[in-house]
Amino acid sequence: MVIKILGSGCPNCKRLEQLAQEAAKEIGVNAAFEKVQDIQKIMSYGVMSTPALVIDEKVKVYGRVPSKDVIKKYIEEEI
Amino acid sequence: MFSAIDWVLRNLADVFSYALTALIRWILMLLNINTSLLESEHYKGAANFFFYDTMKIFLMLIVIIFIVSIIRSFFPPERTKKLLGEGKAQGFIGNILAALLGIVTPFCSCSAVPVFIGFVESGIPLGITFSFLISSPMVNEVALVMLWGLFGWKIALLYIATGVTVAIIAGILIGKLHMEKYVEDYVYNIKMGEAEIEKLTWKQRVIDAWQYVLEILKKIWLYVIIGIAIGGIMHGWAPAGMLAKYAGKNNPFAVFIAVLIGVPLYSNAAGTIPIVSELTRMGMPMGTALAFMMSVTALSLPEMILLRRVLKPKLLGVFIGIMSITIIIIGYLFNIVLA
Repeated sequence: MVIKILGSGCPNCKRLEQLAQEAAKEIGVNAAFEKVQDIQKIMSYGVMSTPALVIDEKVKVYGRVPSKDVIKKYIEEEI
Repeated sequence: MFSAIDWVLRNLADVFSYALTALIRWILMLLNINTSLLESEHYKGAANFFFYDTMKIFLMLIVIIFIVSIIRSFFPPERTKKLLGEGKAQGFIGNILAALLGIVTPFCSCSAVPVFIGFVESGIPLGITFSFLISSPMVNEVALVMLWGLFGWKIALLYIATGVTVAIIAGILIGKLHMEKYVEDYVYNIKMGEAEIEKLTWKQRVIDAWQYVLEILKKIWLYVIIGIAIGGIMHGWAPAGMLAKYAGKNNPFAVFIAVLIGVPLYSNAAGTIPIVSELTRMGMPMGTALAFMMSVTALSLPEMILLRRVLKPKLLGVFIGIMSITIIIIGYLFNIVLA
């Protein structure tokens, strides 16, 4: 599984990444994390408001930081 | 209901300022310092003003930011783009619509660049894009609370209406200048994907809104307290009307200088508005004060640096120039009208 965090280094991006890593660890899923900071790549996902969470190329959430439980649900949807 | 809350706040402010005064008196007596300052009317006025306004502003910040965030959860920029894009927004009506949507769409300067690119990519005309980009940061929830709490709802409404007007006028002017070639070339090469607009439950909206309230409070609480503390000192010691001679209507440069000072003061709308409120009591005319506050919120250095990534210097310069001139004209206009 590839989990991408879209955003150009704002504090919320770091929070989202941390939560997503914890969520993946707690579920026990093997995920590769990738930070996407390039504006052109971010836009190619149709996202204008960062941070955004992309799991296996699917945009799960953008413009806000969801709770860890919600992130877990998103990860489980893609297993 | 408001008057009941106000009564509670006033009495709490009395209790707090009494307790603080007792504490300071005790410390001063331990240090063998004369305590006569604490008996003065100046001190009492300042301490009471400080506690009352601090409590009122924080209460309003919590309630109003929460409500605003709930409303905004219905208007993510991705939806606003859809509402304006694909040739739907044209001409004058487009500018008005974009400026109004700027009020309800959540905005942070970190998303100014992606929003700009997204709008241009979906075919929204440059002038209409600017109308949105101007009104969105200018009409923000923190400025709204500070104005409402310290100046009253009439001035708060006047500020919003003026902000929207500035956004419409500046957007139309930039549109008329046909400056499309002064947008950085790579912007036109970006192809944007399509993201589904999330369906949020009410529970998620409430959690998000509450999170946002905490986030904003964490960012501005110190500025609010410092701003109100300085305002309190001015309230206690500076006599009303003392500024009228220098910054009053008779000084033709006052608005101009106010805007010049306002530009670098970004992100401190929270800290500057209490001081401006005192400056008006001391005799600064309302138009000058409004122009100053608009330059604080609308023209910020960090945002200009971000926008430079998508705008060539000439367009950025035109943008700053048009904004400054419009704000200055509005300042003079209000000084005449509200006199």
